[in-house]
Amino acid sequence: MTKKQKKMLTRIVCAALLYALALLLPVPEPVRLALFVTAYLIVAWNVLYKAVRNIGNGQVFDENFLMAVASLGAFALGEHSEAVAVMLFYQVGEWFQDYAVNRSRKSVSSLMDLRPDYANIETGDGLEQVDPEEIEEGTVIVVKPGERVPLDGVVISGTSRLDTSALTGESVPRQIKEGDEVISGCINESGLLRVKVTKEFENSTVARILDLVENSAEKKSRSEAFITKFAKYYTPVVVFSALALAILPPLFTGIGQLEVWKQWIYRALTFLVISCPCALVLSVPLSFFGGIGGASRKGILIKGGNYLEALCQVKVLAMDKTGTLTKGTFEVQKTVPEEGFSAEEVLAYAASAENYSDHPIAVSLKEAAGEAKLEAKDVEETAGHGVKASVNGHEVLVGNRKLLEKYGIACKDAENDLGTVVYVAFDGRYAGHILIADTIKEEAKEAVAALKREGIRETVLLSGDNKRTAEAVCRELGVDACEAELLPADKVSALEKRMSGLKETEKLAFVGDGINDAPVLMRSDVGIAMGALGSDAAIEAADIVLMDDKVTKIAEAIRIARKTSRIVYENIWFAIGIKVLVLLLSAFGLTNMWWAVFADVGVAFLCVLNAMRCLNA
Amino acid sequence: MKKSFKIEVDCANCAAKVENIIKEIEGVEDATVSFMTQKLSIKAPEEKMAGIIEEAVKRVAKADPDTVIYVK
Repeated sequence: MTKKQKKMLTRIVCAALLYALALLLPVPEPVRLALFVTAYLIVAWNVLYKAVRNIGNGQVFDENFLMAVASLGAFALGEHSEAVAVMLFYQVGEWFQDYAVNRSRKSVSSLMDLRPDYANIETGDGLEQVDPEEIEEGTVIVVKPGERVPLDGVVISGTSRLDTSALTGESVPRQIKEGDEVISGCINESGLLRVKVTKEFENSTVARILDLVENSAEKKSRSEAFITKFAKYYTPVVVFSALALAILPPLFTGIGQLEVWKQWIYRALTFLVISCPCALVLSVPLSFFGGIGGASRKGILIKGGNYLEALCQVKVLAMDKTGTLTKGTFEVQKTVPEEGFSAEEVLAYAASAENYSDHPIAVSLKEAAGEAKLEAKDVEETAGHGVKASVNGHEVLVGNRKLLEKYGIACKDAENDLGTVVYVAFDGRYAGHILIADTIKEEAKEAVAALKREGIRETVLLSGDNKRTAEAVCRELGVDACEAELLPADKVSALEKRMSGLKETEKLAFVGDGINDAPVLMRSDVGIAMGALGSDAAIEAADIVLMDDKVTKIAEAIRIARKTSRIVYENIWFAIGIKVLVLLLSAFGLTNMWWAVFADVGVAFLCVLNAMRCLNA
Repeated sequence: MKKSFKIEVDCANCAAKVENIIKEIEGVEDATVSFMTQKLSIKAPEEKMAGIIEEAVKRVAKADPDTVIYVK
């Protein structure tokens, strides 16, 4: 609780006690009135003061003014207890809103509590703590166990585990050793690290994320625009209706009768109590703020309420292949030996022959073979075919079919759609083949299925890769459509073609790893960049940034967006519905001021509670 | 150019009101007031910015005296 809130709470409690005494004690009427007035003044003085001040500035539809008129009017009509109650509950409602807003601000900012306080630099006599903003690129900093990495950099000595959960929502720590990149905002769990800074603070990951989250409130959703517009007309309409209600009916039904006037003025006053739109206007940004905050706790950064809203309407999801659905690294998928050879042998011959090559295929062979490499001599490379080498004195051929055919060696056709096949021959005999392909991420299949469950009508793969590989990936994962062999510019036009086929209320989202997808990310209705830690271009171009590279986060983001949106709609229609209902009932004299208090404060209370649910996405 | 300021607004409706007031100032291309983050941002041509900020502070003080704009 802030100081302001404590003060207000004291006032509310004092007034409530006096109010209860006035209601319950058997005191003479003038004493009771005095108690009511005291309670009223304690709880309402700031509203009265503001009402007078603002009306002086011509603010007729100011809520302080309206509440003052409503409660003072009730006093004048002799409804003392209701007059105090209106103001008391109004203040309780205001206090509660204030409290709720503060709490959600705090809980969002605490999960965004990434800002490092200091960085350690080495000096002649030990370590010195320095403001991270003052550190230049190339400086060596020391990160002790338990400390937050203050700036992006490369480890020059030390090994440790890094807790990246504040950034990615991922709870499994990441192993870090010499030569690895570290990202600011992570927490160093175990070892002492010496890190060479690669980015100054203002360009570091932490600064960018904080900037992004802070600016997300600027991009307002359509619901928020709707509700502020609604509020702009709602209050004047209700106030003028109240005025008409107070004057017109008595003019026609009983111009000379005081009772008739009193009755209609009372109804008009209940209108004024309901005229304040603040709760309604608050619940929408509060919900979006909570939704965006809750998502960022899971490593999903959403750049604005408008994107959260658009995400709910996404019907078509276009995806990039490499780096998004696949890991983007070539790996040996399987080794198929011929009779007389073992898989280990075939792999070892291939890796040894390719030992001096840096070609991605060679690298993946060497990685798969590990320590099982043999000595290779007389390596002869034929461009576009493969290599011939002498391994432990035996002639080994490693390459495509053309290479083996060139040496007159017959081999099986083992071509595979998923990747590249490497054939191996040993002393003039076909020994087996090895399939090397970009690995599909483990969770990719589940992620595509989850997207379908979240109501995505069509998933599309947009790939620059060859058609056979792209189609094989689609089949494997259950992706609906496939467009392959696209240049970056083709991707944009393929996207536009699909977008033009959508209805007004349907949106298309694109997911990519952001490395060369920036134009596509920008062009789509919702651009989602994944694995974006450290990629500035992607963070810049995307509307939604997934901090790690888990495809399952997309469905999760959609789920959060749907939930937030649902809560916003619930609040809007519930609040407007109750207010209009009570207004109508009041016009016909079927309610009293208590109903009006519920329509104002009660509705606000429920809407705010509902909006708070967004935080726990 | 775009400039952001810290702003103290008491309620969501007041934020909307202040936003409208600032949007109406001549030269302002766009303005947003976020109640949740208590941030005001103004988009306007650079040469008019100083005048606009001054005018915004003046108009807001009159229409909603509880709102404080922190001009750095």
